[in-house]
Amino acid sequence: MEHEATVWFAKSFGLFYLIAMSVGVVVYAYWPKNKTSFDFAAQSILDPSVEDKPYEAKRWQ
Amino acid sequence: MIAQLTKSERQLALIILLVLTICGLAMAIAGRQDPLGVHGAIVMLAGIAGIFGVIYVYYEPEPDEARLALYYDDPTKLAIILAMIWAVIGMFIGDWVAWQLVFPNLTFDAGWSSFGRIRPAHTSAVIFGFGGNGLIGTSLYVLQRTSRARLPDQISPWFVLLGYNLFCLLAATGYLMGVTQSKEYAEPEWYADLLLEIVWVVYFVIYMRTLARRKEPHIYVANWYYMAFILVVAILHTVNNLAMPVSFGHAKSYSAFSGVQDAMTQWWYGHNAVAFFLTSGFLGMMYYYLPVRAGRPIYSYRMSIISFWGITFMYMWVGSHHLHYTALPQWVQTLGMTFSLMLLIPSWGSAGNALLTLNGAWYKVRDDATLRFMMVAAVFYGLTTFEGSFMAIRSVNSLSHYTDWTVGHVHAGALGWVAMITFGSIYASVPWLWKRERMYSPALVEWHFWLAVAGLFTYVFAMWNSGIIQGLMWRTYNSSGTLSYSFIETVIAMKPYYVARAVGGFFFFAGAVIGLYNIVMTIRTAGQPADERAADRPVAQPAGVPALQPGE
Repeated sequence: MEHEATVWFAKSFGLFYLIAMSVGVVVYAYWPKNKTSFDFAAQSILDPSVEDKPYEAKRWQ
Repeated sequence: MIAQLTKSERQLALIILLVLTICGLAMAIAGRQDPLGVHGAIVMLAGIAGIFGVIYVYYEPEPDEARLALYYDDPTKLAIILAMIWAVIGMFIGDWVAWQLVFPNLTFDAGWSSFGRIRPAHTSAVIFGFGGNGLIGTSLYVLQRTSRARLPDQISPWFVLLGYNLFCLLAATGYLMGVTQSKEYAEPEWYADLLLEIVWVVYFVIYMRTLARRKEPHIYVANWYYMAFILVVAILHTVNNLAMPVSFGHAKSYSAFSGVQDAMTQWWYGHNAVAFFLTSGFLGMMYYYLPVRAGRPIYSYRMSIISFWGITFMYMWVGSHHLHYTALPQWVQTLGMTFSLMLLIPSWGSAGNALLTLNGAWYKVRDDATLRFMMVAAVFYGLTTFEGSFMAIRSVNSLSHYTDWTVGHVHAGALGWVAMITFGSIYASVPWLWKRERMYSPALVEWHFWLAVAGLFTYVFAMWNSGIIQGLMWRTYNSSGTLSYSFIETVIAMKPYYVARAVGGFFFFAGAVIGLYNIVMTIRTAGQPADERAADRPVAQPAGVPALQPGE
C-alpha cells in the first residue's frame, strides 16, 4: 500500500471505528439490564460464605 | 511440590525437560565460543537439574483425588518467592547503577559491570523478574478464585513459570556478556525471544482453558485486564522481535525493520509494554486485591469496564509520542500525542475508582499497611498517568525528553504504582496461600511501607529537579545566540540529585529486603493458627445491612 493511501485509511476508517467501539462500550456498560450482573460480579469476590475451593456440584448420594 | 504431579504428568515433565536439555546441548555445540554457547550450557544445566528433580520423586505415591477439590496454588507460591528474589536482585543492581552515575569508578574496570550492561540487567530484573513473576503468580490465583475453577492441569503452569524464569535468567546473563538487540525492554536475542514466545502462548492457553471451566456466569473485570496483558504482550513481543539471526550458531540477529519504521515498531512495543505489561496486568491485581482487602466492592463496576476498553483502544496508539521531533511523520507524532491525552480518561477512571472504593474504609487504610500499599499505588497511578499524558505533549516533550525527568516519570510509575500494588497484593496473598493467620511481623510490613514511600519520594523529587534543570540548561542561549552551558556543566549540576536518587533507591531496596525476610519467616513459622480464608480479611459487612453503594 502506498503511504498516501495508508494515511487516508488511517485518518478516515481509523477515526470512525474507534468512535464506534467507544460508543459500543458505553452503551454496554450503561445498558440498564446489565446492572444486575455487574453488581453481582462486584460482590462475588467478597462473598464470605464462599469457601476457598473450586465449585463442586453436590453429588447424588 | 513436584510430588503433586500425577504419574503421567511426571512423564510429560521428563519429556519436556529432555527436549530442553537437547536444545541446550544443540545451542552449546553450535554456539561454541559465542555467548550462545554459554547460554546453551545454562539451558542444558537447567534441563538436567529439572530431570533430577523429577526423578527424585518419580516413584513417590501419586497424589490423591482430594487435590482436585482445591485450587492449585503451588505455582503461585513459587512465583511470589521468585518475584521477591528478583526484586532484591534487580533493586540492588539498580542502586548500584545509580551510584555509578555518582562515582563512575564503581564499574571496577570490568566490561560486564559497565553502565550499558548492568542498566538493562536492572530494568529486566525488576520489570520482568519482579513484575512478571508477580503477575504470573497473582493472575493464576485470581483466575481460579474468580472462576471458582481449578487450573485445568498441573504441568502447564509450571512450564510457564519456570520457562519464564529461564528466559529472565538468559536475559540477565546475556546483558552481562554483551548480548543485546539494542531495543529497549526487548534486549534479549532471538533464541530467548523464541523461548518466551512458546511460554507466553501456553500462559494464554491456561487462561482460556480455566475460563472455559468457570462456574461464575460473568468474567470478573480483573481477568479482562490480565487477559489483555497476556494477549497484547504476545502480539508486541512477536512483532517487535522479528529478526534474522546471523547464523544458528550465533547470538546476534538483525531486526526485520530499519530506520524510522524500526523506531516506530520499537516504541509501539515500548510504550505498550508500559501499557499492557506494567499497567493492564497490575490493574488486574488492583481490581481484585484492593476490594477484597478493603472488604468493599469496587466503587463502580461500570467505570471499570469503560476504563478497560478505553485502555485497550487508546494505549495502542500512543507509542509515537516517544519520537517527537524525529523523522517520523508529523501527523503520526500528533496522533500519539492526542491519544496520550485521551488516555487520561480511562487512567483516571481506574485511579478514581480505586480511591472511591476506599471511601468509607479509610480507617482500614490507616491501620493496615497492606491496604496502604495499594492506596499509594492508586494515587501514584493517577499521578503518573497525568504526568505521562502531559509529557507526551510535543512542546512539553521538547523540554523533558532525554532528561532525567523521563527517568523520574518512569520510576514514579514503576516504584509508586507497579511495585506498591505488587507488594500490597503479595502481603495480602501470602497468609492466604500458606494458611497463616497473618504476616510473620506486621511491624516489618510497616517498615517496608515507610522505607518504600521515603525512597519513592526521594527518588522522584530528585529526578524531577534534575530533569527540569537539565532540560533548561540544554536550551539556555546567551546573547550571542550560542549555548550557555557545555554538556559537562550540566552533568556536574546533576551530581547532588544523583546522590539523592541513589539514597532514595537504597531505601526502596532495603524495604524489599525486609519484605523478602518477612515473607520467608511467615512461610517458615509453622504452628500459627491455620487460616480459613475469611480470617485474614477485614471485617465483613454486617448481615442484612447492604453495602453502601454509590448512586449509579
